[in-house]
Amino acid sequence: MFQVRIHGRGGQGVVSAAEMLSVAAFDEGRHAQAFPSFGSERMGAPVIAFCRIDDREIRLREPVMNPDALIVQDPTLLHQVDLFNGLAPGGFILLNSSRSFEELGLADLVGTLPAAHAVTVPASEIAMQHVGRPLPNAALLGAFAALCGQVALDSVAMAIRDRFAGRTGEANVAAARDAHDRVRTQMAAPAHA
Amino acid sequence: MLKQIEGSRAIAEAVALCRPEVICAYPITPQTHIVEGLGEMVKSGALTRCEFINVESEFAALSVAIGASAAGARSYTATASQGILFMAEAVYNAAGLGLPIVMTIGNRAIGAPINIWNDHSDSMALRDAGWIQLYAETNQEAADLHIQAFKLAEALSCPVMVCVDGFILTHAVERIDVPTQADVDAYLPPFEPVQILDVDDPVSIGAMVGPEAFFEVRYLQHHKQERALEMIPALAAEFEARFGRVAGGLVRTYRTDDAETIVVALGSLNGTVKDVVDAMRDKGDRIGVLTLCSFRPFPLAAVRAALANAKRVVVLEKSLAVGLGGMVSDGVRKALSGIVLAGHTVICGLGGRAITRASLTNLFQRAQRNELGVLEFLDLNHAVVDRELARLAQARRAGPTAEAILRGLASAAAGARSA
Repeated sequence: MFQVRIHGRGGQGVVSAAEMLSVAAFDEGRHAQAFPSFGSERMGAPVIAFCRIDDREIRLREPVMNPDALIVQDPTLLHQVDLFNGLAPGGFILLNSSRSFEELGLADLVGTLPAAHAVTVPASEIAMQHVGRPLPNAALLGAFAALCGQVALDSVAMAIRDRFAGRTGEANVAAARDAHDRVRTQMAAPAHA
Repeated sequence: MLKQIEGSRAIAEAVALCRPEVICAYPITPQTHIVEGLGEMVKSGALTRCEFINVESEFAALSVAIGASAAGARSYTATASQGILFMAEAVYNAAGLGLPIVMTIGNRAIGAPINIWNDHSDSMALRDAGWIQLYAETNQEAADLHIQAFKLAEALSCPVMVCVDGFILTHAVERIDVPTQADVDAYLPPFEPVQILDVDDPVSIGAMVGPEAFFEVRYLQHHKQERALEMIPALAAEFEARFGRVAGGLVRTYRTDDAETIVVALGSLNGTVKDVVDAMRDKGDRIGVLTLCSFRPFPLAAVRAALANAKRVVVLEKSLAVGLGGMVSDGVRKALSGIVLAGHTVICGLGGRAITRASLTNLFQRAQRNELGVLEFLDLNHAVVDRELARLAQARRAGPTAEAILRGLASAAAGARSA
């Protein structure tokens, strides 16, 4: 079972991201379970959502305690929420930021992970460019496909189109492809140069 | 057709396939997305021959369902938490009048203090109102139980609650096999009311009944539930034959054959418990699970048969009978009358407190070592309780407890951050 925890703020599509990720895995014939951390959501407040992916039925109903991957949609949460709590050894970190982990003061944390298990990607800027709104979730799912290999980019694209019709869907797919390609390029480059 | 959808959506689609004719709902918290989805289907024309009535309260929602059902319409509503309490009088009326309404309960806690999260306090508060109560383990079962519920309700002329864990199931997106209309139509015949308000053939329903007849009317409600004990397994078997999967029934057992310890649970908690049981079985522990799907009627004989050979029974309960312990345990103990084994009631998950594999593993291991008491509170923070008791002892006007506990937790968290 592969477990993902997504952090962001109300209004950034955190819950939608988990749901779209589960749809992408479903489209590949896998079992997936997406659910929000249950609270009274409001715009701007920290929000958490979870997604489990497995090859068999998922019976477990506890919150994701030890995620294999963390997706952080809003870097301002770094100082507000214990984002990295419970991250599995050898896990993945995907952070929405135009800055590097070194610039964010997270080099030590990332250093404990295997090579090419942590990337930052400017998902909000990518979303502005393609969608015209700073909603990073679709771009981050494209980046997630590149980083973790749990779902294919094409499945992510299908899940995005399933959620957003017409031009909005295509724009979000373009953002996902862009972020996916950037992460691929980063991972091919020498680590932490 | 397989779909990756939210539990509430799956329930809405299943209810729509049952061809309801009247749906009433009060569309604010603690309502779920279920009626929102059904409202959209009625508006878009996807669900035809159905009137969606937006009412002004939960009391009105069930009262309108009662009127619609008495007029011969297949009627549905959904609620949770304070909503079911607000309709409590109508809940008894629907059962007393023998109207086959189906109602989803998206199980949530009851205040005060205000809490929107999952536990079973709401449906348990109305457990003896005369409704059949079925508890869903998964979203697939939640959808499937609604199809069975209409058939059961109408066969007995008795209302049915389908209880689905709020948030944990209602808000989870997962794989659901949504049945075809043809299969549902073949399983569920059109509603043939046993009583109907008809201007051409007038009758009274719900008139005053004195001591000469009230007792018998109430007894006949009990008699209906006893018939349900036979009908529920039959309808589940018929469902399995048509749809090719298991859903409903009175109880289900999991790895209980040689089990020394059997865990009893209702609803979605069973999934996590089964994962823990598998892990413990791998280490040689003889442990299994008894899933209660039907809580009313309470399947005394089936529970007795499933538990009779165990050494100990651990009943997990998501509601607290304050001043006693557990409500599920009451039934389990009655089922085990005359059989000597260790019984433990474990209250857990109140107000949405997460129930984790780690805590359950520890709990079941303690049970195996005979360390559990008669009544336990899983992951209750005793330090918080002790601190509050000490605070209350200091001054008569100590102020509100919930707010004091929150302040204590906030200052402890701030202390941890600055340390």
